[in-house]
Amino acid sequence: MRLYAACVYLFLYIPIGVIALFSFNAGRHASQMQGFSTKWYGKALSNPFVMDALETSLMVAFSSALCASVFGTMAAVALQGIKGPVRTAFDMLIYIAVMIPGIVIGIATLIGLVTVFDQLNPLIATLWPEGFEPPKLRMGMGSLIAAHTMFLMALVVIIVRARLAGMDRALTEASSDLYATPMGTFLQVTLPTIFPAILAGFLLSFTFSFDDFIIAFFVAGSETTLPIYVFSSIRRGVTPEINAIGTMVLAISLLLLITAQLLLQRGAKKTR
Amino acid sequence: MKNGGYAEDPNPADDKTIAELRGVTKRFGDVLAASDLNISISEGEFLSFLGPSGCGKTTALRMLAGFEAPTEGEVFLDGALVNSLEPHHRPVNMVFQQYALFPHMTVAQNIGYGLRQRRPRLPKAQIAEKVEKALDVVRLGGFEDRKIWEMSGGQQQRVALARAIINEPKLLLLDEPMAALDRKLRKEMQIELQDLQRQLGITFVLVTHDQEEALSMSDRICIMREGRIVQTGSPQELYDRPTSRYVADFVGTSNFFNGTVTDTSQPLYTVVLDNGLQVQAPPVGKFSDGQEVCISVRPEQMKLHRNGEGQSVHIQNRIFLGEHTEYLVRHETLGDFLVLSPRQSEMNEGPFSVGDMAQVSWEPGTTLILDRK
Repeated sequence: MRLYAACVYLFLYIPIGVIALFSFNAGRHASQMQGFSTKWYGKALSNPFVMDALETSLMVAFSSALCASVFGTMAAVALQGIKGPVRTAFDMLIYIAVMIPGIVIGIATLIGLVTVFDQLNPLIATLWPEGFEPPKLRMGMGSLIAAHTMFLMALVVIIVRARLAGMDRALTEASSDLYATPMGTFLQVTLPTIFPAILAGFLLSFTFSFDDFIIAFFVAGSETTLPIYVFSSIRRGVTPEINAIGTMVLAISLLLLITAQLLLQRGAKKTR
Repeated sequence: MKNGGYAEDPNPADDKTIAELRGVTKRFGDVLAASDLNISISEGEFLSFLGPSGCGKTTALRMLAGFEAPTEGEVFLDGALVNSLEPHHRPVNMVFQQYALFPHMTVAQNIGYGLRQRRPRLPKAQIAEKVEKALDVVRLGGFEDRKIWEMSGGQQQRVALARAIINEPKLLLLDEPMAALDRKLRKEMQIELQDLQRQLGITFVLVTHDQEEALSMSDRICIMREGRIVQTGSPQELYDRPTSRYVADFVGTSNFFNGTVTDTSQPLYTVVLDNGLQVQAPPVGKFSDGQEVCISVRPEQMKLHRNGEGQSVHIQNRIFLGEHTEYLVRHETLGDFLVLSPRQSEMNEGPFSVGDMAQVSWEPGTTLILDRK
């Protein structure tokens, strides 16, 4: 049993370790170690295509994580206040949203947005004043952020809900007993209590959005995110530069995930 | 209360009604939590709701605070109907069972919370001054900047108390405030609470399941059972004149013997106990001949003798309590009951040991005829 488990872990992590190792390769072949060097990191960071893709990825990850955190928190707080079948229905929808494969979300969002854009674009064109180029809705940064927000929101709802459920109801009662309005109670008591969970939700969302390839591939339009760039470069062969990019993405993701985990743990401890 | 001072009205006991429940019923779905509660609370008094858990006492308190709206009936505060008035509009404050202090705020921030919600805003200096004063009242001066989790249970309770009284509420509601304290601390806090109440002149409404706590602190006690008020009165009244077996059992300790009323022509009715023994006792309420009742005899009203008159019993157990000695005795037909023997009588009659025979007697006037329920 132990051996079996060890094999599973080796199978999972050896490829990742190899990528990290070969990112320090001095030679130009991805399969043959020729001494230690960090030059591929320098090369990756000075490649304008990589930097463009990184910028797009960061923009998308930041915006969608921010939107998901705000809307997700609002939804979680609202759901906490209702009971019965409505709540059950929403709970189910949220769990489904997290479980749906990325490819389904990608295709569904693509089809949905294209259909809507096809309807709206002629309408906008007719409303626009004569002689000016009418703006055209198309796939791009906007659709990327929208698709990611939608799927990440469910994640934030689940994290924040768990925190809210662990919160002592007497705290909000005490606040209203001490003359705070419902809004005052939310800002002064509820929000500070659930803030670690919101921050953790933000960081997790950021990581997921930053790493996402499948959904982005469908809805990115002409935009290139870092995972899309990596995918398209691999078709021209794996270079140590790709390994370096992969290792950097891995390091950043791990850092964010660990931070999120610590926030959740610390938050849980404080309520006790 | 004026000038921000606390000790201004040394004699708060006038009869102005500050709060009232009128025919209040509360249902949670099918569960009847409170049924037809009627009670009026006078300004400056210390009222307790006493009863076992699930008797509706906390529901009554929560309806005064505004956390629950009554299903039927009316709640009045300071003369105004407040049935659906939200908690943050009510001039009452509550000390919660687990204190519900805000963990992300310091002691001073917790205590000043109520004042910070006032609109128009109070000047910061004024809030700080009042917070300091409130801290002094609960003897926590110098603890302003402590974190809540750095405070002990007793200190946390004082913070909760200060956080409530700083707002000078019309009504201070206390929901089992001593439940989380150890016995010694509880005694101290009981005395402190009573002092505080006299000093501030604020009306206190306490919810507790601890009869000792209710008896020692309250001006008036409301005994509750299964959502209903069974009896309301001063601790003395409840102890001396309970109107039911339930109250007699809940307030203090009592021995009960079942029997049947046979003669109601005298001020002391005659009751024949189930074992055939005929006793005289004053009735509480109306009883008719042939009615099944029980008589209640307090352990301290019973006397133990050697070779005297009375019922012969065997001593089963003896517990020395200092001023008193408690005996568990067994009567052939009446069963086991408790006798509390004062030190003086112990000296005269000599202590009894387990296994001894003795005689038990009581004055008819010190017993009561009660409903069996």
